[in-house]
Parts: sequence; C-alpha cells; structure tokens
Amino acid sequence: MDFFLQLLFTGVGIGAVYALVALGFVLIFRATNVVNFAQGEFSMVAAFLMVVFAVDLGWPYWLAFAIAIAGMALLGAIFNLLVYYPLRNRSYLPVLISTIGAQIFLSNSVLALYGPQPQVLPGWFDTPGIQLGPVYLDSQYLLIIAVTLGLVAFQYWLFERTLLGKKLQATSQDKEMAALLGIPVAAMIMITFVYSAVLGGIAGILVAPVLFVSIQMGSAIALKAFAATIIGGFGDVAGAILGGFAIGIIETFGAAYISVPFKDAFAFLVLILFLAVRPQGIFGERVAEKA
Amino acid sequence: MTIEGEALFLKVSGHPPSPTLPRKGGGGNVPAGLLAYALVAVVFVALAATVKTDDYVANILMQAATYAIAVFGLSIVLGLCGQINLAQAAFFALGAYAVGLGTADYRLPFWLCLAVGIAIALAAGALLGVSTLRLGGHYLAMVTISFQQILTVVLINAIGFTHGPDGVSSIGRPALFASGQAFLALAVAAFAISGYFVWRLPNTRLGRAMRAVRDNELAASAAGIDVFRTKVTAFALCAGLGGLGGGLFAGGFSYVSPDQFAFSDSIVLLTMALLGGVSSPIGSAIGTGLLILIPEWLRFLKSVPGLYLAIYGAAVILIVIFMPDGIWGFVGRLFRPRALAAPAPTEPLALRPAASGADVVLDVRGLAKYFGGLKAVDGVDFTVRRGEVHALIGPNGSGKTTTLNVVTGLYRATAGRIFVDGVDVTALPAHKRTSAGLARTFQNIRLFRSMTALENVVIGAEREGNTLVEAGHGALQSRARAALDFVGLGSRAHETVPSFSYGHQRLIEIARALAANPTVLLLDEPAAGLNSSEKKSLHDLLDRIAAEGLTILIIDHDMTLIAGVAEHLTVLNFGRRIADGETAEVLRQPDVVTAYLGAS
Repeated sequence: MDFFLQLLFTGVGIGAVYALVALGFVLIFRATNVVNFAQGEFSMVAAFLMVVFAVDLGWPYWLAFAIAIAGMALLGAIFNLLVYYPLRNRSYLPVLISTIGAQIFLSNSVLALYGPQPQVLPGWFDTPGIQLGPVYLDSQYLLIIAVTLGLVAFQYWLFERTLLGKKLQATSQDKEMAALLGIPVAAMIMITFVYSAVLGGIAGILVAPVLFVSIQMGSAIALKAFAATIIGGFGDVAGAILGGFAIGIIETFGAAYISVPFKDAFAFLVLILFLAVRPQGIFGERVAEKA
Repeated sequence: MTIEGEALFLKVSGHPPSPTLPRKGGGGNVPAGLLAYALVAVVFVALAATVKTDDYVANILMQAATYAIAVFGLSIVLGLCGQINLAQAAFFALGAYAVGLGTADYRLPFWLCLAVGIAIALAAGALLGVSTLRLGGHYLAMVTISFQQILTVVLINAIGFTHGPDGVSSIGRPALFASGQAFLALAVAAFAISGYFVWRLPNTRLGRAMRAVRDNELAASAAGIDVFRTKVTAFALCAGLGGLGGGLFAGGFSYVSPDQFAFSDSIVLLTMALLGGVSSPIGSAIGTGLLILIPEWLRFLKSVPGLYLAIYGAAVILIVIFMPDGIWGFVGRLFRPRALAAPAPTEPLALRPAASGADVVLDVRGLAKYFGGLKAVDGVDFTVRRGEVHALIGPNGSGKTTTLNVVTGLYRATAGRIFVDGVDVTALPAHKRTSAGLARTFQNIRLFRSMTALENVVIGAEREGNTLVEAGHGALQSRARAALDFVGLGSRAHETVPSFSYGHQRLIEIARALAANPTVLLLDEPAAGLNSSEKKSLHDLLDRIAAEGLTILIIDHDMTLIAGVAEHLTVLNFGRRIADGETAEVLRQPDVVTAYLGAS
C-alpha cells in the first residue's frame, strides 16, 4: 500500500508536467488549428537556459528563471513569425510538417551549441523533501504540482473571466469573424504562441531537476503530452490536464509493475487504444463536416 | 559516370505524370511509355552491374536506391492519397529485420525473407490504414508516430529476438546476386520496377480513387469510391514499398541496427519526398538523390554533432514555406503541358437506368435524423416515381439537405428506412448507395480540384454498378466526354477545375453524376449562386435530362425553376412534411403559403 501511494504521488507529479505541456499544445491548437510538434522543445530549451545561467554562470536561481522565461517568450514570438505565420492560410499538413522541422532544428541546434552531455539542474528547494506518513514527498514534485494547479487556475480565470480570454477564444473558433469584429487576430495568435512557449518553458524548468537535462527530454515529454491531449479530448483544456495526469500515473505504475524498459511504450499503447475506441477522448465532441 | 548516368536516367524517364494528359496507347498491347521506360531501365541496371566503382560510390547508390523505394511509398500515401505517414522508417525496419534475422539467425533463403518482410510490412501498413476509419489529420499523424516509437522500443529492448542495440550482422544475399556489384544491380532494378508502378498509378482506377479521396473525401464517397478501402490500400502499398526498400537495404549493407530506423529517419524520408515533390516518383527520386548526396558533399558539417540535422530541420521549414510542390512540382509548373484536343465521342450520352418495372424508384419511410437534441428531420415520408421530377422544398432549416444527406448515406438515419428500386439501402455506406443507383450533387460544389473536368466525370462513370460502360479506359473516357458534351462543356474537358466559373463547375458536377448512369439523380440546390441566365440554362438542362426519362429529386429555393421543372412537390417545415402532391396544387395550399411562399 505504501508503495502504491508513493507511486501515485510520483505519477501525479510527472503527470503535472505532461499536463502543463499538454495545456500549451491545446492552446495553440485552439487558436490556430495547428498541432505543434515542437512544443516539447520549449521545455528543453528553457531547461538548458537554466543550466547555462544558474549552473554554468552561477547566477541566482530566480534571476536565471526570469531570464529563461523571458527567453521562452521571445522564442515563442520568433516561432510564430517563422514557422506558423507564413503558413497560416495553408492546410494543416504543411504546418504540421513545418513544426516537425522546427522540432528537429531546435533540438539539434541546442545539441550543436551545447553538446550531447546530459546536464544536472538543482531543484528549487534546498530541503529534498518531507516525509508524510508512509510516503516521501519530494519537494520538487510538490512544487510541480502546486505550480501546475496555480497555472491551471490562472488559465481558467484568463479564458473565462477576462475580455482578453474571450478574444483568444473567439480567434480560435473563427479567425475571419474575429477579425471582422475588430479583434487583432495576428496579435491574439502571437499572444497564444508566447504564452504556450512560456508554459512549456515552466514545465521544462520544473521537471529538469527530476530528470536529466538532455536534448531528448523535449520530444519525450511532448509526445506523451500529445497523447494526453487526445485522451482528454483534443481541444479541450480540462481534458488535456486530466489526460496529462492520467498518462503520468499509467506510465509510473506500468514501469513499476510491468516493465521499466518498455515504459515509454505504455503511453503510446494507451493512445492507440483511445484512438481506436474513443477518438474524441473523454471530453471531446464529435464534429462532423457539413456536406 | 554512374552518378551522372543516374541523373540522366531521371531526365529521360519521362514527363511528369501529369493528370491532364489522357493516357496514350489505347492501340497497341504495350504502351509506348512502357517500352521506352523498360529500355532505359535495362540500360542502367546493366551499367550498375558492369561499371566498376569504388565502394564509397557503390554504397551511396545502394542507399539511394533503397531509400528511394521507400520514398516512392510515401509519394503514394501522401502525394496521391493525401494521408500522412510518419512511420515509413518503421516499415523499412520491418523489411530490413525480416531479411536480417531471417538470413542471419534462421538461415532462410534471402528471397523468402524478403517476401515475408514485405508481407509483414503490408499487413502492418494495412493495420495502420484501418485507423483511418475514424481518424485523419493530426490523429493519424499521432498514430503513425506511436507505431514508429513502439517499434523502436521493441527493436531496442526485445534483445532475445532482435539482438537489441547490437544489431544484426552477417546478413545474407541471394546466391545469384552475392557480389556487391550484382546486388547493386538488383537494387537498381527494383527501383526501376517500383518507379514504373508508381508512375503509372495516378491514371489507374485505384490512382484516381486515391486522388479523389485526397481532394474531397465526401465527394469521392458520393461518387461511389470506397474511401476507407482506398486509404487502407494506400497505406498498405506505402508500407510494402518501405519493406521492399528495407529488405534490400539489409542485404546490401549486411548489417542493421535499431538506430537506423528511428523517428528521425522517418522524418528524413518524409523530407526527401517533400523536397523532390510529393506527388511524383521522379520527385521522390530527385529528393532522395539530393538528400543523400548533399550531406556527403557537406560531410564537414557532421563534425559538429547536431549541426547537420539542425540544418535539415530548417530546410524542412523552408521547403514547406517556399516550395510546397517540391523541386519537381516547381519544374512541372514551368512546363505545363498543352491541353490536348479531346477526341470526339463515339455516341451521345445514354441515360438508361436499370428498369425494374417498379413504379416507385425511391421510397423514404419515417425518416428521422437527430443531432443530439436537435431534430433536423422528424418523421418524413415521400416516394419518388420513376421518370418524374420531384422537388423537396421548404424554408431554411426545414431539413431538406439533411434529408438528402441521410438518403445518400452521408449521415446515418436515426430512424426510418430508405428503399432504392425496392432495395433497402438504409444500412449501406454512401459509396454502396451510389452503386445501388443514387447519384448526387452538393450544395457547396464538391469537385476534385486538382483534376481535369474529364477526370472528375470519369470517376463518376467508374462507379460500380454502371451497366452502360465496359471497364476499358477508352470506353470510360468516351462516356465521360459524352456527359460533358451533354452539359455543354465537352470542348473544355482537359482543363482543370479551378479554371471554370462557378456555374460551369456546377455543370461538371452534374455531368459527373450523369456519367454514372444513375437510377435517381439527386440535386442539392443546383441553382444556388447562379445568375439568371445560368439558371435558364440549368432549367433547359434539367428539361433535357427529364426528357431522357431519368428520375430527378431536386432541392431548391428558386420557385420559378421548381414550378417550371417539377411535377411533384414535397414540402418540409421544421423537419416534418407539411404537404405532398402535384406541384400546382401544393403551391396553393395555405400551410405551404404561410410556411414558405408568403402571401402576396
């Protein structure tokens, strides 16, 4: 039972990371109808920025964090301008392929600039964790869960309670109509990409002390976060978050009780199962094309 | 020498497989194109077999030939059928490991292992294709990536079977092609044969079906194409070619390991397809050649780990933005072939739907369609008699188009039954209803925009169950041309759809339906968007169709047109039938006037 609870905590912790990245996915998808295959690289680049500033240069953690987040905002903006915007009027396929190209470019640029060695990033807290009864609560995992819940709440407030959120939603549902109503669509899309990059960056910085900071961490997280969005219901914010937690838990339990080397396959197997049985996910709606 | 020869081969092997050219060679048994192609292929296989090159060049050619076969597969599934496949390296791996493990571990003959590898790849591709039943777009991309990742995990971790990261060495070759030179010749021959197959595919019935699915799935389905089966076939063919390439790759290099078949390699294959031009095998060959040669010329880039792939990634973005049709597509657009004058048809269009003797041709009973809480169609009955022009009218939102969509199979009925010529078609998918004798046009014109008017109509003519046409290519073209003549567009048969005006596109859609020799022609707001002179022409056309004895069910809002052509009216309001009978009589009924016509 103790083991079970420990696994649950770990699963929820890693699931929170997937949830954050999934959130970034869903936001971009809702705004632009684009699946951003480079979403994970935002996490990876942010983690490497932290390593450069906090570890290599020895600057204070909070300062390095601020710089990394600012860097991600900038990266999100550049990404929008170079990868999405020139293709905004084309069908989904060129954009999808373009984001795949961006993923390869970003991960290999970091490799070329920094080298293949995985790096270590220290956690936010000095105390490694607290013991709560039979379960050891790692402090970094606690931070991940807390930040994720905070960001989710912020997300809800932004989208449902502010005018900006309404404008973002309008843009995502009908770009042309939004433009006709005076909403600056290009600016809304820019905000979406910047915000998604920042979300991804935060996820990467949060999870980096738990894993190694490596070139591959981005795609590993991203594919699972993508699976999470599909399981939750593609395009649904709550679904993406729940899906993220679900994948984290399934993967952790699968690794512990079934097999560690095949751990990465579990997320994909669950994904294929969902796609076969219930492609609209838990919360999604079936949408039919008007004949 | 051989490299230049290869380039020459690419230039000489023919024009881009332009869909605008009707296939020549209806005369002899062997088309002229095949002869020329075979000649060139034989020359290059011979060169590969005899000209001595150093190992380095031979390796490059081997890699190029085997990769190109895999890229041909992508040109089928992505270029022709429009479905994304990010797992081609996985199918390549299936073929490679079948040959590798089969010859090295189990000492089985090479040909057997290659056949098994291709079969496994075919099956895996079909399985992946089955997922398209429910999914498209991003979901499909995700499924293919998942498959790729799972296979990679298995290759690395199932060490007992696959040797894990160590890979498989000492892979065998067939006795006849044991030398490096001979095996290279074999690879080039396979490349040439598969290239020919891919070159010819677009103008076959299957190829046309794939292009129709890519351009407009709903229309393809309504024209009688089994969309699902077409996609599964495309995936299977793509995977099979991947397996063939992989099997030859294994034999050629005698060693395979999991890191040669990772997700990034699927991306490399995809980039090769995109760079050259995804719709044509010539593009595939160009893209493969360039993306294998360029890195060799720029080998110094590989000294910094990651730099080479980073440039790759940037190149993908640039290609997609600036050269979406790839190199060959770009070249192809510069040399647009002149439209050929269409051959004169042999006889005017015959419209002879199967006469079963029954008076009632379309019988709709108790039809209902609910979208969640919305009752779009709520218990509608009507019958259409053979040879009559029957109109379905009503205000916006009354359920007319929904009724038509349920009758033709685009939506599944919530309740009720539909009988075509006495046959219950309620449970049949759309393409099967077309085989049963329905043909329709759409409110929003749905033509296959990349194809010519003639090709669009040929697809209509090709529907299963069309008894007026033998399967021969000439007969199909002839019937399609006759249908286009009937609507007045025969002289423009070889122009592509975008060059026609809206009204003319509507006519092509009608011609496509007529060419199928249907039992009932269903027209969904054919007058929508037409100006008054176009409407007059439409009226005349409908009269001519009716004069041939074809049964028509028409939905429209133009009451002048309706009153002019229709003998029988059914009026819907809020999903229910409120009137049904002879035209003049129905138009006088007070509920109809209140609901729709307005008191004057």
